[in-house]
Amino acid sequence: MVNANNKRVVFIEGLRKRYGKGEAAVDALIHVDMQITPGEVVGLVGPSGSGKSTLLKCLGAVIEPTAGRITLGDEVIYDNNWKLSNLRALRRDKIGFIFQMPYLIQFLNVVDNVALPSMLAGRTNKEARKQALALLEALDVAHRANAMPSQLSGGEQQRVSIARALINRPPVILADEPTAPLDSERALVVIRILNQMAHQYKTAIIIVTHDEKIIPTFKRIYSIRDGKTHEMTGEGA
Amino acid sequence: MINLAVRDILYAWGKFIFTGLGLGLLIGVTFTMAGVYRGKVNDAEALLKNSGADLWLVQKNTLGPFAEPSKVHDHLYREIFAIPGVAQAVNVTYVTMQVRHRKKDIRTMVVGVDPGVYAELGQPQYLIAGRQITRNHYEAIADLATGFKLGEHIKIRRNYYTIVGLSRRMVATGGDPMIFIPLKDAQDVQFLKDNTAIIKQRRRTSENPVFNRPGVPGLLDAVITLQQTNHFVNAILVQTKPNYAANEVAKSIRRWKQLQVYTNTQMKKILLGKIIAASAKQISMFLVILALVSAAIIAFIIYTLTLGKIREIAVLKLIGAKNLSIIWMILQQALALGIIGFMIGKIAATLWAPIFPKHIMLLTSDSAWGFITIMMICVLASIIAIRAALKVDPAEAI
Ligand SMILES: Nc1ncnc2c1ncn2[C@@H]1O[C@H](COP(=O)(O)OP(=O)(O)O)[C@@H](O)[C@H]1O
Ligand SMILES: [Mg+2]
Repeated sequence: MVNANNKRVVFIEGLRKRYGKGEAAVDALIHVDMQITPGEVVGLVGPSGSGKSTLLKCLGAVIEPTAGRITLGDEVIYDNNWKLSNLRALRRDKIGFIFQMPYLIQFLNVVDNVALPSMLAGRTNKEARKQALALLEALDVAHRANAMPSQLSGGEQQRVSIARALINRPPVILADEPTAPLDSERALVVIRILNQMAHQYKTAIIIVTHDEKIIPTFKRIYSIRDGKTHEMTGEGA
Repeated sequence: MINLAVRDILYAWGKFIFTGLGLGLLIGVTFTMAGVYRGKVNDAEALLKNSGADLWLVQKNTLGPFAEPSKVHDHLYREIFAIPGVAQAVNVTYVTMQVRHRKKDIRTMVVGVDPGVYAELGQPQYLIAGRQITRNHYEAIADLATGFKLGEHIKIRRNYYTIVGLSRRMVATGGDPMIFIPLKDAQDVQFLKDNTAIIKQRRRTSENPVFNRPGVPGLLDAVITLQQTNHFVNAILVQTKPNYAANEVAKSIRRWKQLQVYTNTQMKKILLGKIIAASAKQISMFLVILALVSAAIIAFIIYTLTLGKIREIAVLKLIGAKNLSIIWMILQQALALGIIGFMIGKIAATLWAPIFPKHIMLLTSDSAWGFITIMMICVLASIIAIRAALKVDPAEAI
């Protein structure tokens, strides 16, 4: 369990998200509480349509929640309203995204795909590529640095997208079913890498999954059902 | 920051090159159309300059001799000399007709000029080969565009003419190359019909008892000769004396004679007016169609390319790319397509201009305007794609 004295990097209280209005309204999140410390990897599990992706989108400042409070580090970013004007910069600097499909930019080679967020944050191409290469090295795909995404295998692509999520050293990485397209062996490799990265860079990682083989690796799991979160201790503890 | 537009173009270069090629050929055709028009204007200017005339005297109330038929008595020119400021005056005739050469008929404008004495007026001033016409009969100067060669014989109506000189860029406003022949011959050519028509008329005349009287020998011959003689020309060219203003001399002639007088400037306006009436409309129509077609091509290809990148655009937005960077990426691609098209068009027009039968003048200013127009079309054409890209929700990436 989280030690209350530990510094929290993510702190969510009473988050609600309702899609649409009136009769067509869908209450995707009814009451979500969550707290994560730096370097921690937590699982987010729940049946399809339970609101896992919605939670990541709210936390990633991609969609606007309906009510509640989100604190990232020391900063309250949402308190019934966005507390920041530049959500784009927030996403760029504070959040890393890893998707079910790697969604690499097809017309950029591997190293530039990884370097792009760093370039967008204002670093020179040279610096950004250097960082990118170091990450690719750490993820064991440096030898594909100059390949185009379409030339990579699914596992390689996912590692490249992990490198892209890490490059700006965000305090939080949101991974939505990152292992779904991979077989269980490769899926476990990806999870091991994410754990390693979380440890190495003190990044908090939330991994959405319903992969039976992965769930036992988490120390802490949030289960989401009918829009409400329940915290559980995982087998990995 | 890397240039996303360039990287995408390099990745999908085949699409860009092929679209650019199609667009380029279309643009090349437009440049050629404009070039043909410029060429015609230039030819008209050359025609006026090469005639050596300062004033053009034509039938009253006509825009002759090129834009409208004009008929002037051929003895009038002598009286023009009496007017102060007139250095020279000569008769000229113009008739568009087929000329037979090596079993092939060529449409030409046959110009009748006064040989010899006033060689600097009416006859082409600059020859690229041979000499001007000096004899009163059966010599000709042909324009290079006819394809005739020095020393060759050509048949105009019933008579054969020897080519003694070759001119360049002497073409009528309709594009027909000019052939110069002695005035007397030209007057006959203009008046005479073909052989059968002559024989028929001769027979009709001789069958008329009024002309064919047994008691008056020689009457029939006199009548026939009269019928066959032409005392008209189409225009009188005037050269003014160096210290006289063409305008002033024109005024005196207008006061004195029943003739329409045009200065070179006025004549140029008439000629250009005729050309503009014929081709400017056509060219502007073509330009409008081309603008629409190329806008459609650019819009379609840019839109398709953008739709193919919706996911990438969502990811770009998610990882913090500005909307402006995404707009700029699409805009740059549209402009790149325009630049490729422009270059291919310019190269194509330059390459094929010399092999065109018409005189094509590719002006740098036309190219510059063309370039600006293409760039504006590109910007407009990318609007649909930009709108689609702006609508992309970064949430779609998750
Ligand atoms: N953009 C949307 N508009 C309306 N309803 C949505 C939208 N996105 C998700 N939902 C609904 O919200 C609920 C939670 O969806 P989601 O967060 O995608 O679930 P999960 O990722 O756990 O499968 C579902 O009922 C879904 O239909
Ligand atoms: Mg989901």
